[in-house]
Amino acid sequence: MTDNAPRFWRAIPQRYNLIGTHCSNCNEYYFPPRNVCPNCRRSAQMEEHKFKGTGTVVSCTTIYSATEDFKRQTPYHLAIIQLDEGPRMTGQVISGPSGVKIGMKVKPVFRILGKEGERGIIYYGTKFAPLEG
Amino acid sequence: MRSVSIIGVGCTKFGERWDASLRDIVAEAGFSAIEDSNVSGEEISALYVGNMSAGRFIEQEHIGSLIADYAGLARLHVPSTRVEAACASGGLALRQAVLAVASGYHDIVIAAGVEKMTDVSGGTAADALASAADREWECFFGATFPALYAMIARLHMRRHGTTREQLSMVAVKNHHHGCLNPIAQYQMEITHEKVMKSPMVADPLHVFDCSPLTDGAAAVILAPTDMAKKYCDTPVKILGSCQASDTLALHDRRDITTLDATVCAARAAFGQARIEPGQIDVAEVHDCFTIAEILAIEDLGFVEKGQGGKAVEEGMTSLNGKLPINTSGGLKACGHPVGATGIKQAYEITLQLRGEAKKRQIDDAEIGLTHNVGGSGGTALVHIFSR
Repeated sequence: MTDNAPRFWRAIPQRYNLIGTHCSNCNEYYFPPRNVCPNCRRSAQMEEHKFKGTGTVVSCTTIYSATEDFKRQTPYHLAIIQLDEGPRMTGQVISGPSGVKIGMKVKPVFRILGKEGERGIIYYGTKFAPLEG
Repeated sequence: MRSVSIIGVGCTKFGERWDASLRDIVAEAGFSAIEDSNVSGEEISALYVGNMSAGRFIEQEHIGSLIADYAGLARLHVPSTRVEAACASGGLALRQAVLAVASGYHDIVIAAGVEKMTDVSGGTAADALASAADREWECFFGATFPALYAMIARLHMRRHGTTREQLSMVAVKNHHHGCLNPIAQYQMEITHEKVMKSPMVADPLHVFDCSPLTDGAAAVILAPTDMAKKYCDTPVKILGSCQASDTLALHDRRDITTLDATVCAARAAFGQARIEPGQIDVAEVHDCFTIAEILAIEDLGFVEKGQGGKAVEEGMTSLNGKLPINTSGGLKACGHPVGATGIKQAYEITLQLRGEAKKRQIDDAEIGLTHNVGGSGGTALVHIFSR
């Protein structure tokens, strides 16, 4: 990661509250936000959209060997989640011994994602948890 | 557009080259290509070099100038350009060189690729490689490169019935090929049991499903086909050179188990070459992970979607199969110095088409293909070659 506060700070709305965009021209939703709609390009009508954060696991893995920043958390579950509004995103799934399965319904939870050493910034953001239980 | 041919090739030994620096290995590859082609320094009119991340791996940017300098071409002021598309940087350098010659802008052009990956710790290298994925929306949440391919594998297994054994068979085959290649990083046989006993990286992928960290460099020299015979008795013609892009992040793709960039680049290259997939005699494909080779043979059009695992199991892609894949040992066994890989693939196919691949030579190889992928599929390059 980076010792650079603005880089994290400017993504807070998206990472804390799942703010993305919606193109009212073609009615497609985007997360993370895009300035240009890939469907409509110049005729795009982009507006902010807050995603509910509920969705379905498209695929998943359990990571045993991670980069320096995530070493302490191994093993952890990572998944591609399809949000109910349509777009997909990558995120960690907190789950018990039953693990994560393709097709599982999930909801968002607010968690620490990482830290820059002992004294640096603490990164917060969205992880996912099973919708049931 | 002019027809373009390869008139010389060179490649270093791949592996942990602790005795040699980036500038040493790239000069070694360049000089062996120059020797192979009989061109003189004065005839070289441009250099393109693929390099993913010298900035992260050896804290050196401005690789274009460095390479011209240490190739002894700085005093001739030969224009030298570094290009980058993560693990597809080498393939991209080859395509830039092809465009330069085909357009008539330059005659004799070197396309090189180099990566020096073992001067940093494994963790730092993994972090540098992860920057080929979407830093803000994949890696920030804890994604690693193997994790992205693991998610592809998981879904491919679920949807198409691809088995854990079939993944292993890719590694077993490529290690067998590596045993026959003197430049390969790993020249040892492995088994399915050995793959399964190696540590888990990202479920279902084990260490032996992953390509290694490698130092290495490769170079090829291009000329207009009508000049090629002047330098070389056995020039290899480039029939197709195509490139395609897709979303940076895996989760944004149309289908997680298809690399659409590969599909598009392949379709364009087959069209340009006026060749059908069935006419390819030998191919080097981008097996950064075992699942990636299965995707590649599907997305290049060699088998139907979902049949890749079965094709490997039936031996189609083995040395004596219908379509031998990764005779060099692939990224898995030959090694994967990311910037060099795309050029090493062209090196291997050139040897095959010239009949110089020795123990791993395919009988009567006439048409070959290379396939180089950047990241999890954000860039793909396909080149088609003929004798």
